[in-house]
Amino acid sequence: MKVNYIGKISEENLPAIFMPYFLEPVHAGFPSPASDYIESPIDLNKHLIKNGAATFLVRAQGQSMIGSGITDQAVLIVDRSIKPTHNSIVVASIDGEFVCKRLKLKPKMCLVPDNPDYPPIFINHGQDLEIVGTVTAAINKF
Amino acid sequence: MALALVDCESFYASCERIFRPDLKNTPIVVLSNNDGCVIARSTEAKKMGVGMGVPWFKIKNSFLAQGGKVFSSNFTFYGDMSARVMNILEGLIPRVEIYSIDEAFLGLDTFEQHYDLYGFGCYIRNLVKQWTGVPVRIGIAPTKTLTKIAINEAKRLDISTKVYRLATKKDIRNALANTPVHDVWGVGRRLNAHLNKARITNALHLADTDPNYIRRKFSVVLERTVRELRGQRCLNLEHSMTAKKQIIVSRSFGNRVSDLETLKPIVSNFAVRAAEKLRNEKQKCSQVSVFIRTSPFNKRKPEHTGYKTVELLTPTNDTRDILMAAKKALIPIFRTGYDYAKAGILLSRFTNEKSKQYSLFKDPNEPKENTRLMQYIDQLNVYETRIYYASQNINQWSPMKQNMASPKYTTNWHELPIANQGEK
Repeated sequence: MKVNYIGKISEENLPAIFMPYFLEPVHAGFPSPASDYIESPIDLNKHLIKNGAATFLVRAQGQSMIGSGITDQAVLIVDRSIKPTHNSIVVASIDGEFVCKRLKLKPKMCLVPDNPDYPPIFINHGQDLEIVGTVTAAINKF
Repeated sequence: MALALVDCESFYASCERIFRPDLKNTPIVVLSNNDGCVIARSTEAKKMGVGMGVPWFKIKNSFLAQGGKVFSSNFTFYGDMSARVMNILEGLIPRVEIYSIDEAFLGLDTFEQHYDLYGFGCYIRNLVKQWTGVPVRIGIAPTKTLTKIAINEAKRLDISTKVYRLATKKDIRNALANTPVHDVWGVGRRLNAHLNKARITNALHLADTDPNYIRRKFSVVLERTVRELRGQRCLNLEHSMTAKKQIIVSRSFGNRVSDLETLKPIVSNFAVRAAEKLRNEKQKCSQVSVFIRTSPFNKRKPEHTGYKTVELLTPTNDTRDILMAAKKALIPIFRTGYDYAKAGILLSRFTNEKSKQYSLFKDPNEPKENTRLMQYIDQLNVYETRIYYASQNINQWSPMKQNMASPKYTTNWHELPIANQGEK
């Protein structure tokens, strides 16, 4: 009986599932001019979220912030660790409901929409207002 | 010497409130799996006299009539909120022991000489509240057992900052005198009765008892408690979890199950989950047990409890082996004519994944030992299950009743909280 040796099977021959970002085959000739400039791919989480433990996503509903580019159904990135200042876009809870508005601290504290069709919200004495966090970005999907 | 215990106040109930500002002062209760018993109560619900662990059906009418709000448990959401809180703590302090979903110990020994620890505690509380919305209480003391007492003192003295430090001997003795002995960490109901007989009724009595006497009369565990109450540290922060000795996955059913064809796929689901946990622990098991039982509360129906253990000659953590063993254990214990209310699987007799003990005899069910296949499946199933085994029930993990769960606010794109921008 004749036996033909074809090759051995080892674990290394199994296909790998996870590839590095950039797999540069070794050529005998000129090396890729890009190989020294490999960077991680763009990570939206890193770009949009600075403090993961304090960041929540909230869905916006309605047209009242259209002037700031927040459309209906946009996803707001809300960072609770950033202290809101005058003119910050915030998510606040007022009378038991979340709203997204621009915060004005002077001359009088109020929440203003970025749409002339909607009235600003003045905070009356005794009204229950709590600023939940600062909106750092909005994702609009088209 | 200082440790701190950070304890989330009525954790599940507090979580339910974070995205529901309308429930700010509403009494809230959270129910166990299948909406059976109360497992968390907001302060308002406690004030109404709702006890921990009471069956929901007993208080349902009066609780709802008084304006209370009830939730099924939403562990996906609580788990995410817990991870956020623990993340913040680990970012602030290098030595953190996560003790449970809502408790963590902090090692503050090196902080003591540089910081006012009470002030630091208040800082932590405010930060966690601001960043996550979760209210925490903090007890600071020289030992773990005393940090628990410090938190109870904050409650008893109604301290508005919810942060309390037992710094001096006098503080400690005073707190102990005001703590009934059954409120001491590790003293259960039976031990309490024995201690009371020995005229030890409060924590100070216990602390002033000779530790050697306690060891002789009771146990070395209670002796450690005595020493801890005296300010001598016996329990240190644990960094790594000790290896588990067994893994149990079991559930009560929302609807009774009386035929084997329905029960098999459910037990398969439990087996798959248990095997995943086993691989997570980097262990292999050589015993697989399955149990099934009817409801102990329904006296009119016939009762049956079945339990069987299958031994594996070669340890395994391959899901397919565990599924086969589970089936082998289930089939002989199942009886027709009974309404089963609960089932579970228990994996035990663990050995480390790396070691391998060959059997002297040929194992007719030789484990499949394809660790890479299991690794790939585990990786694919990280966020949601995409690969199922043929014997599983993929429509329903377990017949559960959970009709009142809140949205998965922080982990599901389709269930995000909503900010209304309409006219207000």
